[in-house]
Amino acid sequence: MSQVAEAPASRDPDELADPASYDGLALRRLTKHFGAFHAVRELDLDVPRGSFFALLGPSGCGKTTTLRMAAGLETPSSGTITLAGKDITYAKPYQRPVNTVFQNYALFPHLDIYENVAFGLRRRKQKDVDAQVRDMLELVELSSQARKKPTQLSGGQQQRVALARALINSPEVLLLDEPLGALDLKLRRSMQIEIKRIQTEVGRTFIHVTHDQEEAMTMADTVAVMNAGVIEQMGAPAELYENPRSTFVANFLGQSNLIEGTVKSRAADVVTVDMHGVDVSVPASRAHTDGDQGWIGIRPEKVLIGEVGEELDAPGNTIPGGVVSDVSFVGVSTQYLVRMPWGQELQVFSQNTGRHRLFATGDEVELSWRPEYAFLLDAAQDASAGAQRMDADG
Amino acid sequence: MAWLRKHLVLILGLLVLVYTFIPIFVVVLMSFNDPASRLIYRFDGFTLHNWANICEDPDMCSALGRSVEIGLLSTAGATVLGTLAAFALVRHEFKGRSTANLLIFLPMAAPEIVLGSSLLALFVGAGFAGQLGFWTILIAHIMFCLSFVVVTVRSRLAGMSDTLEQAAMDLYATPRQTFWRVTFPLVFPGILGAALLSFSLSFDDFIVTNLNAGQTTTFPMYVWGVAQRGVPMQVNVVGTLMFLVSIVIVVGSELNSRRRARALV
Repeated sequence: MSQVAEAPASRDPDELADPASYDGLALRRLTKHFGAFHAVRELDLDVPRGSFFALLGPSGCGKTTTLRMAAGLETPSSGTITLAGKDITYAKPYQRPVNTVFQNYALFPHLDIYENVAFGLRRRKQKDVDAQVRDMLELVELSSQARKKPTQLSGGQQQRVALARALINSPEVLLLDEPLGALDLKLRRSMQIEIKRIQTEVGRTFIHVTHDQEEAMTMADTVAVMNAGVIEQMGAPAELYENPRSTFVANFLGQSNLIEGTVKSRAADVVTVDMHGVDVSVPASRAHTDGDQGWIGIRPEKVLIGEVGEELDAPGNTIPGGVVSDVSFVGVSTQYLVRMPWGQELQVFSQNTGRHRLFATGDEVELSWRPEYAFLLDAAQDASAGAQRMDADG
Repeated sequence: MAWLRKHLVLILGLLVLVYTFIPIFVVVLMSFNDPASRLIYRFDGFTLHNWANICEDPDMCSALGRSVEIGLLSTAGATVLGTLAAFALVRHEFKGRSTANLLIFLPMAAPEIVLGSSLLALFVGAGFAGQLGFWTILIAHIMFCLSFVVVTVRSRLAGMSDTLEQAAMDLYATPRQTFWRVTFPLVFPGILGAALLSFSLSFDDFIVTNLNAGQTTTFPMYVWGVAQRGVPMQVNVVGTLMFLVSIVIVVGSELNSRRRARALV
């Protein structure tokens, strides 16, 4: 179920479903360019029916363009879009069973909430509009606001109207374009739970476009990380987080320490890498490069920190010679920066379990991690790709 | 002195209002005038005669009727054409769009006397010298109202994001339904404003009309003509009526927008 869209030459076509018989949404070699700018490049993607799917990536990565092509609001330059076996690549937006929750909701300001929600039903001359609208308003808990105009509602309420207005049409696929971007943090958290609840309740396919990695991981059962018009990696949130295949994914989803290493030997199930004089081992299933060089990756919370010579609960990779260069105490955990003998500063998140004393700046420490948590990435990739600045919104 | 300083702004404001309203006050007053002589413009006595016999001079009423007719027709023509042009200029990418945007401004900037005389030259050159009248006036009025309509509707459209139309299409509205259900209702205030502006521009126009009217007389031309030999007091009645109609429209739209604003609280 997890596929990686790599260079077209190395793609394994067997991994993708046959669009003609697939009951979900299938994008094949989908490309969109605006003049010389390639927004989406030969994208292959299967979105299973009934799944909550997130397209995650930084702004400008092509995720919104992909969504708009699925909605019919943008015409692909080439490639196909198939929904439940039917080719809808060039179908008009009003001819496809797909509805969108727009980024700024795009509620009709001259219509009240009731009429906004009824809009799609009325266009398709549906019967019992009234009962359906009432049910839908109940689902999003806005029954008492039916006769108000959109501008009279709060941001969160408007968001729910936008959701109701799209969902009432029982679309095969519901597209959500950064639906929570305009809300404040607290409201965003509660809407994440709300949308997830509604998705479970109605059981429809949701495709959620976002640049917020936390939002994607909390809500979706499958996340596709997009960068520069291609999908870097796709899978369950935990799988992406624990076993990233590129430096971009390693940095964009959470944070990673990426350390230069030289491959010494490759066994069937383990790769041994020389990391600045220390041998560390990486499971073969987590080594994503065939080269002699690589980035050894380890998540900050997987790194253990201890006194020099202390027996740490992590057989295998122990790296001596660290000096604490920065300490941030955040209550449940402490975040350290540890300067290593080769000059690099590694991040360490240590749970405040009380087993260890708090280290201070200048303390000499040893680091360690369980080999099964490490991963090995292609040395040719930029170690800072996808790293989010501290001031980036999210 | 301190009192004066404190109320200076208010006093000046009131004076400006008085200044702007005195002519209108005179018009209203004169509509009740019982003049001793047509040649002396002076309030001689109160009467309702002018109001009861508006069409005492049938020429005035036929000129008035013609002006209203031309006003309504040119409003309709200019509003439809101008609205379509505004949509094209805002919603469609085409070669020469920015040039068209500039050109549409020129008739507003050009002096009326220039517009009027060049139109006359055009009509005469095209062989319509003998047929100057109702139709040439109408063509001229539609032409100079058009720019104002385009500018008014364009600004309304430009402030409206096309996401709403995309949302309508996404919700199964065909392009035609999208236009009538979403676009048109949202642009309507702009179109209405443009129509009102067109009517008053057309009704009011003297220079361009006079040059292209031939033997036809509109209301402003009639007033100009009779001014030499004494304006009938009924002209003031018409003036007062026009003023009342504008007040009703302004107050009506104000009340309407207040009602909407209240609904938004």
